[in-house]
Amino acid sequence: MQLIFEQSAPGRRALELDPLDVPAADLPPELLRSKPAALPEVSELDVVRHFTRLSRRNFGIDTHFYPLGSCTMKYNPKLADRAADHPGFTRLHPHFSTSPAYRARCQGAFEVIHATERMLAEIGGMAEASLQPIAGAHGELAGALLMAAYHRDRGNTGKDTILIPDSAHGTNPASAAIAGFKVREVPSKRDGTLNVRALTRALDDSVAGIMLTCPNTHGLFEPAVGRIACMARDRDALMYYDGANLNAIIGRCRPGDMGFDIMHFNLHKTFATPHGMGGPGSGPVGVSARLVDYLPGPRVVARDGAYDLATPPKSIGRMAAFFGNFLVAVRAYAYMRALGASGLRDISTGAVLNANYVHAKLKSAFTSAFDTPFMHECVFTATPQARKGVRALDIAKALLDRGFHAPTVYFPLTVKESLMVEPTETESRETLDAFCEAMLEIAKLADEDPDALTRAPETLPVGRLDEVRAARRLNCSF
Amino acid sequence: MVPDDLLYTEDHEWIRDDGGEYVVGITAWASEQLGELTFVELPETGMDVHQGESVGTVESVKAASDVYSPVSGHIVEVNETLEDDPGLLTKDPYGDGWLFKLDSIRVADLKKLMKPDAYERFLEEQTE
Repeated sequence: MQLIFEQSAPGRRALELDPLDVPAADLPPELLRSKPAALPEVSELDVVRHFTRLSRRNFGIDTHFYPLGSCTMKYNPKLADRAADHPGFTRLHPHFSTSPAYRARCQGAFEVIHATERMLAEIGGMAEASLQPIAGAHGELAGALLMAAYHRDRGNTGKDTILIPDSAHGTNPASAAIAGFKVREVPSKRDGTLNVRALTRALDDSVAGIMLTCPNTHGLFEPAVGRIACMARDRDALMYYDGANLNAIIGRCRPGDMGFDIMHFNLHKTFATPHGMGGPGSGPVGVSARLVDYLPGPRVVARDGAYDLATPPKSIGRMAAFFGNFLVAVRAYAYMRALGASGLRDISTGAVLNANYVHAKLKSAFTSAFDTPFMHECVFTATPQARKGVRALDIAKALLDRGFHAPTVYFPLTVKESLMVEPTETESRETLDAFCEAMLEIAKLADEDPDALTRAPETLPVGRLDEVRAARRLNCSF
Repeated sequence: MVPDDLLYTEDHEWIRDDGGEYVVGITAWASEQLGELTFVELPETGMDVHQGESVGTVESVKAASDVYSPVSGHIVEVNETLEDDPGLLTKDPYGDGWLFKLDSIRVADLKKLMKPDAYERFLEEQTE
């Protein structure tokens, strides 16, 4: 398929600009281009055909089931997009907020920011939240910086380490390290939950905080989470909740009630913004009462019946320009308002039910990584299939041929040949049944005709890609 | 069967006494688990390292794993050929795929490592 630049023909145009309706201004020569920009010259029809063709090759939630574990690839209702499309939001320049003369025009946007932060704080059991971080890992970084600010302020010296389970997302240790902390890894037990004894041994006075996900990355609720929070408190270590798996518990229980001091929310997973493709994302950070003074600033505050901006007294400073990815917050606001408290609770009900339904249908053919009910995702190990020459990667590729996106494979790192399925609450029973049938057919092929699977995919525009070569000789340019 | 002249760690690394210098690598089992490797990040020559300290990374399409120093010591040489040809680690994990060499090691640290038969038992537990 040609790139749009390769379709370019000199002089071809798609549109005429509207006549100038403002006075022309002379620009100084140093601001003018010396030669025209290298843009493709194509007709409107070329553009339409090109992008329609591309969209038909796209493999996304709007066309396919996408059970990518740990990613919550759920359907995001168009209602949220409509809200974010409102010209009252899209035509608002962020610099209005910095100019006293124009700030009045931001009252509506400020109200959305304020109300979204309030709703998120309530869902998380946190005292306050800030919408500034623009991605999940950015929220983690904000959290780690909050930990550092808290300990510095309290005069806690020597707290230079963060404890992180071996099943955690790779971003956790990366965020901790970027904030200047050392990372100590805590192993999981065979049943997939955290090894509390090992954590107790690791929890000395150098520990500034503990970063956990609950349910954890094995899709299991950490039964000892309350006990761990008590132990952390005894050492004045802060508990950080990675909101990656919030879809599993939303409306049912709250990280704040479990004893967490800091958490982040992935609006692009749980709250109606599509996840992936490089964003835009949003990773608001929530904190318990004792950390409110350190939140990123400036913040929207309600004062005398209007909204204004103020920076918390011991703020860690700005995490992003203006207010983070504001339109992602608008989507989250619309989504939460549309669902209401009982609708939000239905998210976790459906997510957990669907994951356990898939698990129950597949566990006779695929080996469960952990012999237990799961939360919002279930993890299998393809070790028995791998012995016959069919690895998790082959199963993933074979699913693509059958019209399903692959589950997450080879993550978490603690499970060999792992296949991690997260169906989410937005899929119907019929879709889940069709997926399970495809998986069972693949399991049968693994027994009878393994070669048929190692050749997959055979029906897509490209066959098996050389991923090793792609990684070794990275070339991102056209 | 794992080579019987090496000592092993629970992170699936091996260390060999090369007459005063100690050579470190990852085991065949570990390299098999990782699959084909894409990058190897090695420590710097001249570094003093502690037992269990992360000193580098091996990365495959599937995952990136830390490389730990099996004992405390001084890094005298790293296998720079791996930077151009990380596949050596898969092809010859106990030979040309070595990672780095240490001297002035803390000899007491060797006592905490597994002998070949203990590592084999450890592997059996892992693959159960």
